Amino acid sequence: MSKFKYTEEKEQEFQRIAKKYPKIDAMMLPALWLVQEQEGWVSPDAMIFVADKLNKTPIEVYEFATFYTMFNLKPIGTYHIELCKTLSCMLMGAPELKKFIKETIGIEPGQTSEDGRFHLSEVECQGACGGAPMIALNHTYHENLTVDKLKNIIEGCK
Amino acid sequence: MAADIVKIVSKKFDIPDSHKLEVALKHGAYESIDKLFTMKPEDVTEEVCKSGLRGKGGGGAACGPKWKLMPPIDERPRYLICNGDESEPGTFKDRQIFQYDPHLLIEGIICSCYAIGAHESFIYIRGEYKFFIDQLNNAIDEAYEAGIIGKKVMGKYDYPIDITVHRGGGAYICGEKSALIESIEGKRGHPRLKPHGKECEWFYDMPATVNNVETIASVPNIVQNGYESYTKYGTEKAPGTMLFAMSGPVKNPGVYEMPYGNKMIDVINEIGGGMKDGLKLKAVIPGGASCPILTAEEVEKAYLDYESMWDIGSTLGTGGMMIIPEGVSMVDVAKNLIEFYHHESCGQCTPCREGTGWIDKIIEKVLNGDGSTADLETILDVCETMNGKTVCVFAPAVKDIIKSIVQKYRHEFEAQFKN
Repeated sequence: MSKFKYTEEKEQEFQRIAKKYPKIDAMMLPALWLVQEQEGWVSPDAMIFVADKLNKTPIEVYEFATFYTMFNLKPIGTYHIELCKTLSCMLMGAPELKKFIKETIGIEPGQTSEDGRFHLSEVECQGACGGAPMIALNHTYHENLTVDKLKNIIEGCK
Repeated sequence: MAADIVKIVSKKFDIPDSHKLEVALKHGAYESIDKLFTMKPEDVTEEVCKSGLRGKGGGGAACGPKWKLMPPIDERPRYLICNGDESEPGTFKDRQIFQYDPHLLIEGIICSCYAIGAHESFIYIRGEYKFFIDQLNNAIDEAYEAGIIGKKVMGKYDYPIDITVHRGGGAYICGEKSALIESIEGKRGHPRLKPHGKECEWFYDMPATVNNVETIASVPNIVQNGYESYTKYGTEKAPGTMLFAMSGPVKNPGVYEMPYGNKMIDVINEIGGGMKDGLKLKAVIPGGASCPILTAEEVEKAYLDYESMWDIGSTLGTGGMMIIPEGVSMVDVAKNLIEFYHHESCGQCTPCREGTGWIDKIIEKVLNGDGSTADLETILDVCETMNGKTVCVFAPAVKDIIKSIVQKYRHEFEAQFKN
C-alpha cells in the first residue's frame, strides 16, 4: 500500500486525461508527469501508487520511469539546470557554461548544491540548436547564452 | 542559383500573436476546411499524392501513399498520430509551428484525419518542450471552445475530431514512429519489427497513421489551393518546401522555409549570412546528426533535396544543418555524437546497445593518445557490424555519421596517436 497520493487537483487532472485514451495503459507518461509536477521527483512509493492506479506491477512502472530520462528518481532541489551538451551547443560554448557553473555553484553534472537550491544535469539535444548554447531552467529555455547571461540568470534565482 | 525563401508553412510565423485563434483567423486560418468538406476523403488523399508531399521527419517518404496504407473503414477506431518528438540533434523546426502557428497544425490534423477516416489524433511532443506543449494546448482549448474541433468541425460539419497532446519523457528513440506508439501505449520506447509488406501502423491493434508535424501542417495549403500550388516549388521528385534549420557559428542561425533544390553553400552564405567572426567553413552535417558529414569541398557541390544529397553520399534527413568551423577537432565532434548515440540507444538490440558504447570507448582512447590504426579499423568494423542488424535505423544512422567522420578526417584521428 502506497502512502503517496495525488492532491485533489492532480487526481481530477488524472481522471480528465484518462478519458482521452482508449486504454488506461497510455496513462503511464501522464501519470508520472503528474507525480513529478506535484513532488518534484518520482519516489518508489509514488511508483507503487501509479502501479496500483494503472493495474501494473511496481517493477513495470520502475522500468518505464528509468527508461525515460526526464523523471527525477531522487529529489533534485529547487532549480534544475539542464545544460545541453550536444554538438551545436558544444560548438557554441556549452563547455564554458559548464565550467562557470562548477566555479560559481560548485556542482558537476548529476550533483545538487549543498543548500539544495541547484541541481545540474548535462543533457543531450534539447531542440534549441539555433539558440546554442542553452540551458533549460525548470523547463524554461534560455538560449544564446554567454557566461555573463548565465550569471544573471543564476543570480535571479531566489 | 540564389537561395530563395517561400512561405507556406511559415507564412504566419512573423505575425505578432499568430498563435492566438483570433489573430490566426484574421490571417487565413481554417480557410481550407470549407473546401475540404466539398471533397471526398479519397480525393483529399489523391490531391496530396499528386502534390508529391514528402514526410519532413527525416525519411522523406511520400505522404499520400502512406495514407493509402490505412485499411478500409470498419468498426474499429482509427488514429492520426502527429510526430512532434523532434529529438534529432540539429533539428528545431517543429517547435516553430507549435510556437508561432499551432492553429495551422490543428487545421492540418482536421484535413488529414478526414482523409484517412480518423476522428482522434494524438500529438506526441518531446517532454523537454514544456513551453511549446502549453502553447499548443492553449490553441487546442481555443479550437474546442470555438467549436472548430469537437463534436463537429467548424460548428457545422458532422465530423467529430478530438486532439490530445501527449508529453514524452525524454528519449530520442521515441521519434521513431513505432517506438513513439509503444511509448504512448505506456511502454518503453522500443521500436517494433517492421512487417514484411507495407502496412499502416497499429495503435493498440487499431489502424493508425504517423506523420511528422511539419508534414501535417503542409496539408491545408494543398487542400485549399490544389496540388499545383505545391508542385510549382522544389524539384520534380521533391516538390514543395521544407523548414530548413541552421545551427552552429553562422551569422543568422534559425529556421527558414525554402523550396527543395537550393544550393547548400548559397543557403549558408545568403540566408545564414555566412560564417561568424571570420571563421572558415570546415564541414556540415546536413540534416540532423544522422546524416553523413560533408567536407567544405562537398558542401560547394551539395543541393538541398533528397536525391541530390544521396548522389553525393549523404542524406537530407530533417534539413537541420549543423555548421562546423575550421579549428574544431573532428575527433571531438565524433566523440560528442557517439556519446549522444550511446546515451540514446534504447538498448533493445545488442549490436546497437554494445556497439555505441564500444565506439565511444575507442574514441575516448584515441583522444587520450592511446589509439592506433587498428582502433580506427575496429571503429569501422563495429559500424558495419551494427549496420542492418538491428530492429530500427538508429544503428545505421550511427554507422553513417561515425564512419563518414573517421573516413573523411582520418588524419585528425591519426594525429592524436602518441605511439
